[in-house]
Amino acid sequence: MGQQVLNGIFLGSIYALFALGYTLVFGVLDMLNLAHAAVFMLSAFVALTLVLRLHLGIAFALPLAVLSAALFGLILERVAFRPLRDRTDSNVAGLISSLAMATVFEAVALEVFGPNIARFPIGTLPDRQIAVLGGVVSVLKLGIIALALAIFLALTFLVRRTRLGRDLRAVAESPRAARIVGVDVDRVVAAAFAISSALGGAAGVLFALAFNAVSPDMGRSVELKGLSVIIVGGMGSMPGAVVAGFLLGVTEVFVVAYLGASWRDALSFAGLFVILVLRPRGLFGAASLREA
Amino acid sequence: MGQWLIDLYSSYESTLGYIGLNSLFALSVYATLCCGQLALGNAGFAAVGAYAAALVTMHAHGPFSLALFAGALAPAILSVPLGLPVLRLKGVFLAIATLGFGEVVRISLVNWDYVNGAQGIVAIPKLTSLWLIYLVLAAAIFVLYRLRGSKWGFALEAIREDEPAARTLGIATHRYKLAMLVLAAVLSGTAGALEAHFTFMVAPSGFTFLRAVDMLVFAVVGGTLTCFGPVLGAAFLTLLPELLREVSPLVGLEPGPLRLLANGLILLAIILFLPEGLASLPQRLVARREGGSG
Repeated sequence: MGQQVLNGIFLGSIYALFALGYTLVFGVLDMLNLAHAAVFMLSAFVALTLVLRLHLGIAFALPLAVLSAALFGLILERVAFRPLRDRTDSNVAGLISSLAMATVFEAVALEVFGPNIARFPIGTLPDRQIAVLGGVVSVLKLGIIALALAIFLALTFLVRRTRLGRDLRAVAESPRAARIVGVDVDRVVAAAFAISSALGGAAGVLFALAFNAVSPDMGRSVELKGLSVIIVGGMGSMPGAVVAGFLLGVTEVFVVAYLGASWRDALSFAGLFVILVLRPRGLFGAASLREA
Repeated sequence: MGQWLIDLYSSYESTLGYIGLNSLFALSVYATLCCGQLALGNAGFAAVGAYAAALVTMHAHGPFSLALFAGALAPAILSVPLGLPVLRLKGVFLAIATLGFGEVVRISLVNWDYVNGAQGIVAIPKLTSLWLIYLVLAAAIFVLYRLRGSKWGFALEAIREDEPAARTLGIATHRYKLAMLVLAAVLSGTAGALEAHFTFMVAPSGFTFLRAVDMLVFAVVGGTLTCFGPVLGAAFLTLLPELLREVSPLVGLEPGPLRLLANGLILLAIILFLPEGLASLPQRLVARREGGSG
């Protein structure tokens, strides 16, 4: 039982990281970035390449991969989102252009790496197990949980205490008003994308490490679940994304244990439906949502 | 000479058939888009239609016409309890909810032993002919075309432009939106049923959310201002892989990634530079020429 909870927390921390990135962009721009999962996948490949080709240790490969993810995010913003900012149907258009970019990213990954699952070479990852809370957990998983928690804390600090965080919140509230009081909206939006993609990229590398599998379609499973998580948590709400991410991770592990793996994916959609019908703003979402 | 024609026909029959089927799928997305609703559950409706038809043919040994009827009716019935709660949502929320619906359908089919779960139903006789596909397509285009300029069409446009305002004008927005969702279900369900009897099998893997996204892409690339846009987009994007296959050795890329890359770049180019789709290209060129010389 404790074992399951630990597995759930571990899975949940990856979902939470991914969802945080999603919700950050939605909160600031009111647009859904469907290329988020593609960045998730690409940064995993970057990490793999760094380890395989340049023989870097994972301690270096991980931050570098996350940086590359931030770079992808900047490219995304510049190419696919900025030109659409002034359009009236910008959310749908943003959806579609991010979809286009996701397709391009996936095509690049397919071409360069091929469709098969690639694995990290033996010895990249620590594989010691230790006993915690009545279960046995690998050091790797514990490390991932710790890393995720550190990232959450850093992000909270960023949003609450720094100037950038304040600017982000201002733009999320109203880009026009923010511009009037002197916030450089373009720069802030670019920063939001960079951070968001860095989060998605971190989730991707950690996911790849945890399951030791990297393939161009690894974003598939997380993509839709990420959407469910941010809706259940409340679109634009960062604590919501974290809580809902952990919730999904833990409940998924229990569903697989007691109902079987084939029902696992249905869980996130069931949760999604329930929330959308009963409380569309999600667990932590603001009542006055721009969706209405 | 006759043999050459027959050979030509059989190698292109599949492509021609899919142009027709994809046009129907694109029109099903258009049906809800023209009243401003981005509903992406059409892969789910297609799955329900395809399976209903396959079950009629394979398990109940019914006639093909009954299979098609079931394929149209089953998703239509399902769309009502889906639409009532879900059409209250707007924008991306509706899109995500309907995508979720499609996934729930797919997962349920994977877990349902009666229909063979993930392996699906196979050896379905090929009862769909090209002319049948195009007949259904023509009927669909006729229905959607007649909507424009009619009372129904104006209501839909009003809802698309500004739903709260349309409501103040006394338009029963909920009814129109639900009606278009049912139409979308009928279109994609019928197309699914036709497809099942064209490709010999149905399986849940053919109805992932990517399929729904493909349908959206057909509609967007073609243009959603008129009912001809989605057909144009579907035709273009169905033919493209065939063309690309010829080109791929020249460019030095594998056909699979090349097709994806082309799709992505075309979609990006359309949404950035030609948001009203390919169908609006003639208008744009004329306007530019007049503007340039005027």
